[in-house]
Parts: sequence; structure tokens; C-alpha cells
Amino acid sequence: MKYLQVETEKSGVMAVTIDCPGSKVNKVSSGLLKEISGLLDRIEKDAGIKALVILSGKEDNFVVGADVDELNAMKGSDEVVAYITKAHEVLARIEALPFPVVTAVHGNCLGGGLELTLVADYRMASDSAKTLMGLPEVQLGLIPAAGGTQRLPRLIGVSEALPLMLTGKNLRPKKAKRLGLIDEIVIPHGMKAVAMKKALSLSDSAKKRQEKKRPLKERLMKKALDGTAAGRGLVFSQARSQVMAQTKGLYPAALAIISSVEFGCKRGVEKGLKNDIRIFADLVMDSKSHALRSLFAGMTDLKKNPNQKSARPVGKLAVVGCGLMGHGIASVSAAHCDTILMKDVSLEAAAAGIKEVGRGLAKQAKSGAITAFERDVRYGKLLPCDDYSLFSHTGLVVEAVFEDIGLKRKILAEVEDACDENTIFASNTSALPISHIAKGCKRPENVIGMHYFSPVPKMPLLEIITTDRTAKWVEATALEFGIKQGKTCIVVKDGPGFYTTRILIPLLNEAIKLVEEGADAKEIDRAMKLFGYPVGPITLVDELGIDVAAHVAKGEVRKLFEARGLTASDGYTKLFEHGFKGKKNRKGFYVYDEPARKPLLGLFAKKNGRPVNTEVYEILRVGSRHFEDSEIQDRLSLAMINEAVLCLQEGILSSARDGDIGAVFGLGFPPFTGGPFRYVDIIGAHKIVEKMKRLEETAGPLYRPAGLLVETASKGRRFRDDL
Amino acid sequence: MAKKTDNTMKRVAVIDGCRVPFQRSGTGYYDLMAWQLGSFALKGLLVRTGIAPGEIDHVMMGCVAGDIATTNVAREVALGAGLPVSVPAHTSTLACVSANVAAVNAANLIATGNADTVVAGGVETFSDADIKISSRYRRFILDVTMYHRPRSFIAMLKRLVKMRPLDFVVPEKPAVSEYSTGLIMGQTAERLAKRLGISRQDQDAYAAQSHQRACRAKDNPAAAKEIVPVVVPGKGSLVTRDNGPREDTSIEKIAKLKGAFDRKYGTVTAANSSFLTDGGSAVLLMSEEKAKACGLKPKAYIRSFAFSGQDLVDELLLGPCFSIPKALERAGITLKDIGVFEIHEAFASQILANAMCLASERFAKEKLGLDRAVGELDMDRLNIYGGSLSLGHPFGATGGRLITTCCNRLVDEGVQFGVVAGCGGGALGNAIIFENAN
Repeated sequence: MKYLQVETEKSGVMAVTIDCPGSKVNKVSSGLLKEISGLLDRIEKDAGIKALVILSGKEDNFVVGADVDELNAMKGSDEVVAYITKAHEVLARIEALPFPVVTAVHGNCLGGGLELTLVADYRMASDSAKTLMGLPEVQLGLIPAAGGTQRLPRLIGVSEALPLMLTGKNLRPKKAKRLGLIDEIVIPHGMKAVAMKKALSLSDSAKKRQEKKRPLKERLMKKALDGTAAGRGLVFSQARSQVMAQTKGLYPAALAIISSVEFGCKRGVEKGLKNDIRIFADLVMDSKSHALRSLFAGMTDLKKNPNQKSARPVGKLAVVGCGLMGHGIASVSAAHCDTILMKDVSLEAAAAGIKEVGRGLAKQAKSGAITAFERDVRYGKLLPCDDYSLFSHTGLVVEAVFEDIGLKRKILAEVEDACDENTIFASNTSALPISHIAKGCKRPENVIGMHYFSPVPKMPLLEIITTDRTAKWVEATALEFGIKQGKTCIVVKDGPGFYTTRILIPLLNEAIKLVEEGADAKEIDRAMKLFGYPVGPITLVDELGIDVAAHVAKGEVRKLFEARGLTASDGYTKLFEHGFKGKKNRKGFYVYDEPARKPLLGLFAKKNGRPVNTEVYEILRVGSRHFEDSEIQDRLSLAMINEAVLCLQEGILSSARDGDIGAVFGLGFPPFTGGPFRYVDIIGAHKIVEKMKRLEETAGPLYRPAGLLVETASKGRRFRDDL
Repeated sequence: MAKKTDNTMKRVAVIDGCRVPFQRSGTGYYDLMAWQLGSFALKGLLVRTGIAPGEIDHVMMGCVAGDIATTNVAREVALGAGLPVSVPAHTSTLACVSANVAAVNAANLIATGNADTVVAGGVETFSDADIKISSRYRRFILDVTMYHRPRSFIAMLKRLVKMRPLDFVVPEKPAVSEYSTGLIMGQTAERLAKRLGISRQDQDAYAAQSHQRACRAKDNPAAAKEIVPVVVPGKGSLVTRDNGPREDTSIEKIAKLKGAFDRKYGTVTAANSSFLTDGGSAVLLMSEEKAKACGLKPKAYIRSFAFSGQDLVDELLLGPCFSIPKALERAGITLKDIGVFEIHEAFASQILANAMCLASERFAKEKLGLDRAVGELDMDRLNIYGGSLSLGHPFGATGGRLITTCCNRLVDEGVQFGVVAGCGGGALGNAIIFENAN
């Protein structure tokens, strides 16, 4: 057998070890299913078997889910139907075995892997930080169709199962045990022997697993919510309205999960499973799931450093500027650096940053991700500094101070004096060209851009910017460092605004132009959220700061646009001059200082969110005018998309894939579209060009389609050729 | 790591040392454990010297009132500072000279070729001192759970009935007295003052001077360089300075205090005694060759050292005047050759008593078997940046502070020899003589 190793003890306990060939991880595939099916043929007839144990032969994973590549390669929904039907059959046969089945999980147990454990009678998980359990299908635009939607709610209750499936969140063993998802936590070593012992005792006592006793309050709550039709109805309707509020119904998989679970609750497991086959097949063929899977594939690719050999280890990191960005960068580095110098103008400022890192570490320790001692060890790596006296032997210095080229150059010069040719200087700037910062410095080959997004621990993207002079080892080291921080990194060429900021600026520019033309700020936000952005552009500016928007709008990026004959709106500058800074000074497009009027019992709570600060309109425009959602969406999204294509055309981006990843993970471009390039592919380049030409006439030369876009359209090509 | 042991002794170099700011117990480090203070000091030392964590061969930390949760606190100190698990660590204890013991052991390891690079220092916290439950309650728990388990519920009840309610409430008095004599250290200091006729005025003057020197040193970069700032975990508060020294200490002010150990006739007061302190210190010691190979510049070499033991009642605090002459003899020098004195100040009376003894011909003849007095202790060269009376005295860590300050002063003041000395409970003493590396 290729996938399975089978051994049977004299006692009659059989151990099946899953070990997919040619891969570090186990994945559910037709090959694996076929082999299990063949094995079942044998053991169903074998009266000598008293119990079965299923475990993994891999070092640090159980089964990480379905083989997505196999799904991607399926031509039509018939193929998908056949595949999932086979999975159902195999799982049902395991469930029906007349003797106890025990699964022993160490390492990731996700998707199909978790669904496999659900048909066992007894589940063990290892006490290890590597062991994570979850159903992440929703993140790929799919549902856990191999029994997840049916068996999980029956095991742990609808009210617990739904959020797990809707968020795709992973559980650690402790939490999984509390929920009743697993029966026992054991040490990772010698799991096989322990599991076999347990399996034998289960078969001897003929006793299947027992329901765990929960605290009374929890039991009552569970009974009320899960045990009654009315309770379940409430859970479903709440889940639905929550999903609608968060996704505007743009993610069909989330809604499909809810209806699938609901269907199964009413009609039983068997019918529920059958129902899932159709839903799953449709979703696999859906363009949104395609797009999400392509993003997933892109992310997986970007976790590899093609130049890993040239990367040097960074034991000592120095962060200059310990504000929000600085301490965020330190936070995500604490696991893999020996020492982190936190440099700021004063020790107090550095200490404030260190305190924030400590807060994040405390949270991680509380969640069980790290031990309390590990928390303290990581914290101990942070040293406050107000000068450069400790900077020698530093591998990487990340500068995260205010966007001021003079200040950045001064810091670069100081770092060059304090360090040597083995120290990389990375600037965390969102727009200042790296080559400008490096102008006149001693070692331009050691200078690179590392553009993090705020808040750093949460935002997955890191944009690495290389100049013509950046050394290969410097690029490789920065990339390796970013990957170790858990970031999805794209490497782009230097230029004003690099990639992400550059494509954001036309969108923000058009947003304020729309306001100037009379559009309602709130309408703009609403339209863009309907388009799929997590936050509207107006809210985004308030969050980022109007001062920042004004600052960026007048810098190098402005020159870039002016060179193309485009005029930028000076709306942000005007607002800034009137004292508007956004949320930070509670004076932005929206009103932040509302009188605290607590609605009675929350019954009359306003659902419309914050009102617009009408002062903005007085400053920016003459009259108001209604815009259709589609007009707002087209203008803003196409401004960004066209700029993205220009970045590819100019070689700022090295691939359309990087452009898609960057826009989605850095700027919140609707993930279900797969990113700006895939969006063009889905809609069709020729249609986009037509739209843009129309807009060019009505809304100005910003919409002159990029040459590469026109070329792609005329040749009938696509930007992304995978999937 | 030294590969082969040979019989020729190697010269032991002090590269650098550092410590966290000392804090009065119950203040800045209220919630911290002792190992954390040691880790901060060790981490600071590593970063300052630029030595790779993997280069360290051994870590030794002094500690007196250990926490039962971290009995070998040096291990937690080392791990907490990010040293590889392969670096062994152990804890030494010898009352107030525990860190001196760590340094001497480190020196021995290096001198005999058993290690090249060793960190020695110490830690102490009294903010969370172990307090024992009453011995009857302890007995009850141990018996019931382990040694004499009751067989039945009735038997259990019988035991319970024998207990008195207060047994569960009142803890055992912390053992601060000398086990063999039952005297607490302050009483011994009081006896010493009376025996040698050390006046209240002299004691207060010495204590006030210690505070003034420490306060002046706060803004002196030469003195402040041994400190690594701490951002207190959890609270995030920044600690950059010792909070023991009091700007407002004056002889007049402290003259008003009553005797702390003899309310009626005492001269030893809270102001002229050292106070409970939390802190940690770490010193990097290397063989001369290894330091050269690593490109590190030694500040000083260890020239000699000595320990002493004395009478438990009348000489409890006289460690320095017994151990310094021994160390001087071993170094082949005299007291006059010493330019830097860093001596632990347990009490003002103790420092003054030691100075008197060193200067006394009778003491030299009767106690040391010498012909002449050891010599006058030059007060202007003693503890010029303050001492334990003002900076505070985290028992286990003080020795590390003294060594660091002594070696820094040797370099700054350009003198050849310095001595670090201290007395400890159990009537023990230690002195180490350092020689300027330049």
C-alpha cells in the first residue's frame, strides 16, 4: 500500500498509519480514499479484529485537509460529486465498523482530517503546540462537506459548531477537549501504544465513549440552544444575520454552511450528507471559491524563499521608533530573534513600546500558544535604548519613524556609523522611495524597504522593496525574516508608493473627488463595502489619518501622477488645514464625539453607525448629487485596478500573483475576486477596457486604460493562468 | 569551551559587569521573581559585551532567600536570558557574599582550564519572600496527604480536632536570626558598636555620606554605566535608577530615629542599616586567551581571593578585616597598594568596626598573628558611589555590584589594585583583589 501502513497486534487491535508518499503532510485525496476503501473491504470481513487505531506517520501533522490541487484540477461538477460521494462512503463504513475506532492526533488536523476523526468512537490529541484542529473550508469558499456540517454539530452542539465552521478558526487541544471535540489529551510520545491500549480497553468493556459532564450552566444553555427546535432556530437566524452583516452576502460558502447544518438538523445525517454533495460541487465550480483557492495557493507559494541560501540569520534586531508600527514589528519578531533593541528618542518612549509587546505576549500565553515562561523569555529579549551604543553586531535595523525623509536619512546615517557592512537597514515606509532615503549613504547595498501594515501582528502582508543597488543577500535575508514572522511577503521594485500605496492613492483620490462632486461620504463607504471591501475608503482615511493622506498625496506619488498629466485633488490637504486629522483627533469625515445617549435596554440602538460630519461638505463642495452604487464602485475599483496593471507593466511588480496578494492582504481588495488581476480575468479584460474608456470621458484621464490592459484585452489573454 | 585541562593556572579576566537598578523591596519590582531580575542583568551583559550566548560555558548566581519554585535560580536566570539549554548553571549561597562565591568559583573553573567563559552574579527579591505556614499546620498537611494518611473519615476528624484555629492562620516567624546563636544581625551590629565604642554620630555621619555619594553618582555616567534599564513586565514602567538613595538624608534628620534593635540604648537605627532590596547582577569572566580571541578587552584580572570564618557573636560582621589581610598576603601586596575599595555596607557600625580593626595593631597581633596593623582604610577611596546602606542590599546580588563597580573604578581612576570585600551571616567573610588590566 502506498498511503497506509497496517499492523495488527496479537490482541486484535489494528493500527493504521496514514503516510502519504512524497509529501511532508498528509492530505485527503482520491488515492488515499481508494486505499482506505480497499482496506475496509478486508477488515470488514476479518472477525479477528477487535479495535482500530488511526494515526499519522508524519512528524508534525495528522491530516491537514483535502488536496486542494486535486480539487482545482477537476473539470466539472460530476467529478466533484463522485469524489465527495466516495469520501462519504468511506467515512460511513468506518463509522459502521462493529468495533471501537480510536484516532490519535498529533499536529494539524484540519478539514477532511478532522472529519475523519469525527467518525471515530474515541479521539485523542497530543498535548503539543503543533496540534491544531479546525474546519477551514470556508476560507477557501467551500463547506466542510465530508461530514463536518453534519457530525460536528451533533458532537459539540450547533451553537459551538457553527462559529468554528464559519470562521475556520483552529482549536488547541485544551479548548477542543472542553468542547467535547476530543476525549483525551495525551503526551505526543508513544501515542500509538497508548491509543492501542485504549482501543483494546474500549473493545473489552464494549463501552463506547461517554458524554463528558459539563458545568450545569453550560449544560442548561446548551440544552436550551441545541436541544430545542426553537433554540436552534434562534442560533441559525442569528448566525445568518451576523454573516450578512459582516459579508453582505458576498461569501456564499458561509451561508451555505448555515443552511447545510440547518437542513441536517431537521432531516437527519443521511439526508444532510446527500444535500451537502450538491452544495459542495456547486461551490467548487464557483468563481469565488476559485479565487479564494488561488489566493491560498499564492500564499503557500510565497511562504517559500527562492533564495534561502543567501539569507543570513538575524539574531539581533533593532527597531528604531517604538510607536504602533515599531512595537508591532518587535512583537512578530520576538519568537525568532535573540535580542531586540527598542530604540526611541527617550527610554520612556521605548518602554511604552515594550509594554505593548508585553501585552501581546501575555495574550499569547493566556491562549495557550506559548508557556508563561516562554512569554517571559521573549519579553526578556527586548531592551530599551535611547542611543546607538548597543547597536554593534545587529543583523537588521528596522526604522519605523514618522514619514519624514530628512529624519529617515539622519537615522540611516546614525545606524551606518554604529553598525557595519553586516547590518541591513530596512525602512518601514509606506511611500517614500527607498532610493531617496538611501541617497548619499555609505552602504546603499544594505538598504531595503520593509513596508508593514498596521496593526502589524494582525495584518498578513509584508511588502519588501528593493532598489537597483540592494544586495541579493540583503533581499534574501529580509524575505526570510518576513516569512519567519509569519508574513506573506511580496518583493517589489522601488518607486513612489511602491505597489500597495501607489494603487491605493488613485482610489483615495477618486473617493474625495466623489465627495467634491457631491456624493455622500457614507454612501461611498456603503457602496464599497457592498463591492467587498472590509472597510469603506472614507472610514479608512479617518482611521489612517487625514494628515497622513494629505502628506502622502503631496509627496513623490503626486509627482508620478502629475508626470502622467493627472491632477490630484487637494481635498485632503484642505481638510488637514482646517484641523481635520481623522479619528485620532476625533475630527474626521465622521462625527466621533457623539453625546453618550444610552438607548433604553439597547432596543433603540442606532444601526446606522456614525453620522457624517457635515463641516466636511462645507469645506469641500458646493452641492450634493446622488450617485449609483455601481458608479461609485466602478470609479474607485477601476482606479485601483488600472494602477495595479501599470505597476505590472512598469516592472514594480514581478508577477500578477504578487499584485493580487498585495491588494487583498494589504488593502482589503475583495478576497472573493482573488485580487485586481484575477478580477479583470473574471470580468474580462475587454469589458474592463470598455468601462474605462467610458469613464475616461466622464471622469477624467485617470481612467485611460494602461497599455498592458489594452494589450491583454485585444489579444484575449488573461493575467492569471492558473485554475 | 576549554577542551583539555592542564595544570598551569590561567589568568582570569573581568570583561564587564552590569546590574539592574536596585529597588527597595515592595516598590519597583513588586511583582517580579528573582530569576527575572537576574535574567535582565545577564541579558544586558550579553548585549553590552556583544558576546554570543553560545559562547558562555557556565552561569553561577548567588542567592540567599531562594524561592522554592526556583531552587536552582541560576538555571532560570540563564534560560530566561536566552542562553542555550546546553549551558549549565548553578546557584551558590553564602549569605551576603553569595555572588562573591559565584565569582570565585567561576575564576577557579577558568583558572584550572575547565571553562573559558563564565557569568557570575546574583539575584535576590524580598518583595515576595517565602513565608512558611505554622509548623503544626505544615505537619498536619504532610501527615494527612503523605506520611500518616488517616484510614477513615473518623480518623481524619480526630486529627482535625487536635488542631487549633490559629494554627491555620498564623504563619511561622521568618528565620532572620543566626541559627546557632539566636541573635539577629541588627543585634550583633548593636553589640559591635558598643564593644568598639562606635558613636551614634559617627554611624549617622557615615550613613548620610553613603546616601550623598549615591545621590551624586546618579548623574555620574561613570557610576551609572553599570546599570541596565528594566521595563517591568506587565506594568511597563521604566526603571533606570536605584531608588534606595535618599536626597534628603542628613545627619540631623536621621539623628532623630530611635534604635531599631535596642529601643532604649541602641545606636543602630533603620537609617544606618541596609534595607531590604530587590536586584540582580551579572559579571562576565573569561580566560585571558579567550578574551583576546573574542576581541574583548578585559577591565581587570583577579589577583587573589580569600575567605574567613570568625566568632559568631562578637565577630559576626568582621569578615572584611579577617579576609582582606589574607587576600593581600596571597597577592603579595599591602593595604597601601589598594586604590579602590568596594566593601559591602551591612551597617554603618560594621564598616566603621572593620576600618578600626584593620587599623588596630592589637587586632592584627591577636587575631591575625601579624606584627603590625594591616593599615588605615582610606575613606575617600571606599565606596565612592555609595554602598549597600544607600544603594540597597539584595543579598545574593550585592557581590556582583561590588565587583562591577570595583573594576570600572580601576579603569576610570587608573589605579593598579582594588579590593572587594564583604561579611556574611554565619560569621563568614570574603575578599577578592583585582588588578587593573592596563
